[in-house]
Amino acid sequence: MPEATRSETPMNLEIFTAGLWRENPVFVMMLGLCPTLAVTNSVINSLAMGAASIFVLVCSNALVSALRHFIPRQIRITTYIIIIATFVTMVDYIIQSISLDLYNALGAFIQLIVVNCLILGRADAYAAKNPITRTVLSALGMGLGFTFALVCLGGVRELLGAGSLLGFQIFSSNYQPWVVMLLPPGGFIVLGCWLLLFNWLKQRKTSRLIAAEEAIDHSRQIETT
Amino acid sequence: MTGSELKKPLQQAPDMPSAWRLVSTLTVVALLSGILVVLVYQYTKPIIAENKRIAIERAIFLIFPDANNALTFRIEDRRVVPVDANTTSGEIIHAVYDRSGQLLGITLEAAALGYQDEVRILYGFDPDKQCIIGFQVLKTAETPGLGSKISTDADFQANFHCLEAQVDVQHGGLRHAIRTVKHGSKQHPWEIDAISGATITSKAVGRMLNDSGQQLLPVVVDNLQLFRDAYQAETG
Repeated sequence: MPEATRSETPMNLEIFTAGLWRENPVFVMMLGLCPTLAVTNSVINSLAMGAASIFVLVCSNALVSALRHFIPRQIRITTYIIIIATFVTMVDYIIQSISLDLYNALGAFIQLIVVNCLILGRADAYAAKNPITRTVLSALGMGLGFTFALVCLGGVRELLGAGSLLGFQIFSSNYQPWVVMLLPPGGFIVLGCWLLLFNWLKQRKTSRLIAAEEAIDHSRQIETT
Repeated sequence: MTGSELKKPLQQAPDMPSAWRLVSTLTVVALLSGILVVLVYQYTKPIIAENKRIAIERAIFLIFPDANNALTFRIEDRRVVPVDANTTSGEIIHAVYDRSGQLLGITLEAAALGYQDEVRILYGFDPDKQCIIGFQVLKTAETPGLGSKISTDADFQANFHCLEAQVDVQHGGLRHAIRTVKHGSKQHPWEIDAISGATITSKAVGRMLNDSGQQLLPVVVDNLQLFRDAYQAETG
């Protein structure tokens, strides 16, 4: 039922917010998990990766949408990859010119945005079928949702693994950092916990909806009798 | 999955566009891509070079707090050649001078493979004491909280108050090879006490200092007079 209503109401805000929450790329669609696990050992890295991904996602999807009548179906993936790689190379140079420290911290993961399936997935599933304004809005929402997810992971990992947030010490010096949180296993553990929370929230919501509908049905039955 | 959905790909198969159309589309997209990349490259190139220069300058002043000026040289085939400050290719070294023009020391770059990726540092050599008096990390991707401690751990940094790097009699290498030893077992001034829990990165630091020291420090020591004279010539 929600599927039908969604396609019938072309509300622009709805397109934007879908990626933030209901279709969150990491927590709901489970796309782009490689950078999600790899670079989220601090909030600043998460934010930088999120910003770089938003730039690539919005620009490449806008261009794909603009060229959608021009690109033959048979070579669409090749074309999308060229377009995505272009913007990734651009963002690579831009980050180097903004801060070398940040560039070194993100390592190879900037270049690896090329293979982030979130970007190619949105290009093929959304940008290739929708006009440019809707595509940009949707890409912005998806990008922000992706950044939100990265920061969720980065925040927990930095807080537990280093006792700080955004580089500011939060816990006292007596705190013994959980170094495992900064290492790859910590990424899996924290992602697992977030997914648990999100699925629990979703389940609670649906069970409440069902309960509410049942209550309405029940009251109707009483009225009719 | 209904019948109509399955038929779709079959219906699309006949209207295959001509090869010319495919090639021209890819050419146009690739051309567009090339132009965009070149524009950004051209625009950011001087900024990136400037960032790299600032990073090295900052590192030099952290190693030699009394520094006032630095000149750039390149080691070419056991000879020292003065080069422009923006040169990045080859074995680049910097001679560091204080306010009165006295040679404080030399900074050299060294790199080795750490736990994740290459670790690149800039280290300072004091020619009077013949020891390494500190280093700054230029590039690292080591684990935060473990390998990254090489630049923050006070005990590890204490190794570099004066790490012996004496050149041997023949000036062909170091008298004692610099090496990293297990945490708490440092006995000689040319040994580096590793950080417990970050042994791989600590060992990488020892390895890169030894490799670079064996190869470059004899050349530096042979040319000390050249460094001293260069500053006089520069300031007239």
